[in-house]
Amino acid sequence: MNFEMPNFALALPEIFVLCMACIVLLVDLFVGERNRFITYLMAQATLVGAMVLTLGLSSGEVQYTFDGSFVRDTMGDVLKACIYLAVLIVFVYSRDYMRARQLFNGEYFVLGLFGVLGMMVMVSAHSLLTLYLGLELLSLCLYAMVALQRDSIAATEAAMKYFVLGSLASGILLYGMSMLYGVTGSLDIGEISAYVAQNVGDNLVLKFAIVFVVVGLAFKLGAVPFHMWAPDVYHGAATSVTIYIGTAPKIAAFAMVMRLLVDGLGGLHVEWQGMLVMLAILSLAVGNVIAIAQSNLKRMLAYSTIAHVGFLLLGVLAGTENGYASAMFYIIIYALMGLGGFGMIMLLSRAGFEADRLEDFKGLNERSPWFAFIMMILMISMAGIPVSAGFWAKLAVLQAVVRAEMVWLAVVAVIFSVIGAFYYLRIIKLMYFDKPEDTSPIKPAFDMRIVLSANGLAVLALGVFPGALSALCVEAMR
Amino acid sequence: MFSDFPLLSLVIWLPIIGGLLVLAAGKNDVLVRWLALAFALLTFLASLLLYTGFDSSTYQMQFAESASWVPTFNIHYSLGIDGISMPLILLTTFTTVLVVISSWEVIQRRVSQYMAAFLIMEGLMIGVFCALDAVLFYVFWEFMLLPMFLIIGIWGGQRRVYAAIKFFLYTFLGSVLLLVAVLYLYFQSDSFSILDFHDLRLSMNAQIVLFFAFLIAFAVKVPMWPVHTWLPDAHVEAPTGGSVILAAIMLKLGAYGFMRFMLPIVPDASHELDWLIILLSLIAVVYVAMVALVQEDMKKLIAYSSISHMGFVTLGLFVVFNIFDKTNSVAGAAMGVEGALVQMISHGFVSGALFLCVGVMYDRMHSRNISDYGGVVNTMPVFSGLMVFFAMANAGLPGTSGFVGEFMVILATFKANFWVAVLASTTLVLGAAYTLWMVKRVIFGKVTNPQVAELKDLNAREALVLGSLAVMVLLLGLWPAPLIDVMHASVGHLLEQAISSKL
Repeated sequence: MNFEMPNFALALPEIFVLCMACIVLLVDLFVGERNRFITYLMAQATLVGAMVLTLGLSSGEVQYTFDGSFVRDTMGDVLKACIYLAVLIVFVYSRDYMRARQLFNGEYFVLGLFGVLGMMVMVSAHSLLTLYLGLELLSLCLYAMVALQRDSIAATEAAMKYFVLGSLASGILLYGMSMLYGVTGSLDIGEISAYVAQNVGDNLVLKFAIVFVVVGLAFKLGAVPFHMWAPDVYHGAATSVTIYIGTAPKIAAFAMVMRLLVDGLGGLHVEWQGMLVMLAILSLAVGNVIAIAQSNLKRMLAYSTIAHVGFLLLGVLAGTENGYASAMFYIIIYALMGLGGFGMIMLLSRAGFEADRLEDFKGLNERSPWFAFIMMILMISMAGIPVSAGFWAKLAVLQAVVRAEMVWLAVVAVIFSVIGAFYYLRIIKLMYFDKPEDTSPIKPAFDMRIVLSANGLAVLALGVFPGALSALCVEAMR
Repeated sequence: MFSDFPLLSLVIWLPIIGGLLVLAAGKNDVLVRWLALAFALLTFLASLLLYTGFDSSTYQMQFAESASWVPTFNIHYSLGIDGISMPLILLTTFTTVLVVISSWEVIQRRVSQYMAAFLIMEGLMIGVFCALDAVLFYVFWEFMLLPMFLIIGIWGGQRRVYAAIKFFLYTFLGSVLLLVAVLYLYFQSDSFSILDFHDLRLSMNAQIVLFFAFLIAFAVKVPMWPVHTWLPDAHVEAPTGGSVILAAIMLKLGAYGFMRFMLPIVPDASHELDWLIILLSLIAVVYVAMVALVQEDMKKLIAYSSISHMGFVTLGLFVVFNIFDKTNSVAGAAMGVEGALVQMISHGFVSGALFLCVGVMYDRMHSRNISDYGGVVNTMPVFSGLMVFFAMANAGLPGTSGFVGEFMVILATFKANFWVAVLASTTLVLGAAYTLWMVKRVIFGKVTNPQVAELKDLNAREALVLGSLAVMVLLLGLWPAPLIDVMHASVGHLLEQAISSKL
């Protein structure tokens, strides 16, 4: 057997992030409490560096390395770039929030960077083992991040729930993977795909494997009926952690769905399509209906995420390149909206005040017309009302569903999005129609102000000119 | 001379940019008002160029513009107007000027946001009338809900939150079905161009499903019975300006949708199911008029009267199949559609004027209840004269614009079916009954409420607004020819599309 030197260059961004995360960890030990912003700056520099490396290495073709267990393609590059950007924004929003709560420790940034590494591995995985490795690296970081606020009962409870249910999901996924390995005799996604293409017959074990894989993925995405962890974790964790969990890992989870279901088991599309239809409808129904009953904004956004996952699954289950591209478009826009939504909560919060109840948004238009406007853009975007990025995301997914000749599913989806519009409108109502209860001035840091405004305006700008991003997603799925 | 100049884009974007500038002007209320008026007037003047430059001999889309917008989905920024949309654009720009003037001193709270909302909404409504790409149409159609939602919710009355949310969700439900219908048509034709949809062949089953999607989308907006219940709530709670825009223009969007989407895209299903729409229209005309009769609240009364009058519009549009089957003449059927269009414009003036009249009284008395008034003519003679005039127009008095549209529709309906026409004609009695009875109780009689005795007559600003509307109502009533000439070719083309089978 010949030993071939793997092409490390393709994994350069991953290697870079790994090294930098370790360096940040070490440096953080030596900078005192007062110079902690050095840690922060190094973490941000790492993300910028990774972005430069990823974009610099990007080429139009698909390349494999590490004996086929690692892949670099356009979809991966785009998704990784979005992950860096999302985490970068998360760090900006989190800095003052963490400082106000005596949580401004190096661990948050180090765990965040290792989480990014896990997501990068997931995005680029081309074998079941790599995929699982990335997933676990990410999950462990997330469990620890939720538990960071160790004196908070809610946070520790959330961490416990997240850990137990997350481990269960990982176990189920792993079980499905082991069956896949048993049937196909390979861990390589390319070889699994080749096996599936050749053996189209009725294979019961393979069907079982799909069930377990889909359940595992649904857990990680937070699709109904495997969503129970999401509201508690979103609610219990510090907002700076919630915003992290709610955005970048969803992009990575989408990549995992693409690698496993589409690249690996694409030949069995008919088998998993039915399961995804059920998951999508249930997610849309439960997410949108239960969100109405929430009085806590973080919980509401958790249910809203569940509903968005339903839409994402609609794009995937269409089973066409067009559908995958629209799902990718959807998840990127979702991440952008989620960042803004949680960012607004962090903007209004201050030491000893979380601003995560719906009432805390009352009369925001009188306190700060500009940020009320930004929040309004985010809400109409989440509701899918033009002119906002969210409208195009829904349009893209729905046209893929209609093209797959499932018009009824599109009708179900839009009816639930009307129900969903109610709770987004309620936020606008609170901000614009009601009198403020809390009149303390809103004074965010300069960079937060700029980034949050840019975040909201980006949602608006993508709503007016969605062409470039949607073309990029189509390109990535070729 | 204007062939290359993007006049339609100008008319759409000028008020929207104006609205953003007004928002930026912020706290300086005086500057805000003048700026808003300047942009509304400029838009109105620009829209007059559409009339002067319009070629009424052709049904082709004029002032057309097109640019690629989202290439991935083959979506274009394409605009164009014909004889159906052009008068509606003029109505929009004219009404917005009046709304800006009428809210001059009335609105004291968050003036810049108020004016900006109206200006932005004006641009969006014009966009709906101009859009020739279905997604562009949908974007304007849907985004328009947001400023209206804010207008009702921020400056509205007691139950404004309920009314605003009801308004939004009702219309949103209708429009998402429109979106699915449009996506289905896109799947069939690989294009979002509305004109391509017109040429698309569709099976009867597909047409029927699309028919119902369109029906729900547009019926909510018109509004037709039984999905009309949002309108009285929205009207009652909205500030005067909001009511005027809602009645004068937004309701017309639904009828416009019927003409742009339903009749040309699904003609066979429309032919097959025209009885359904005629039935719903008759219920609106007769039953809702009776509901109007018992209202205690003036705004509610006018709101129900609007629903009843819009029933005439849908009746005129869908009676054409019957006429054509019986007489086999396009010219005969054209009278129904033209009557509907005249009725739309006329109702825009009359209902807008009536809401403004109620607004004038409300500003002085802070009550909309009929029972709080009585004998207003003693203290406000000029106002009373105008109000009686508009009430007469609402009841369809010959010589006013209200008469022309109703008369044309009834005349056309007689060609189709005698009994339908008889039922529709009852509106002449019922309409007169509820309008004039309200006038009697509000304007005439003895002064019982001491507050009424203190009333001051119209100031110059209010007189200007109501006076110019009165001129329009009279002009359209005595000499409707310029309006009908403009729409003639386009209506003829629409009917040809509607009666040619696509199966």
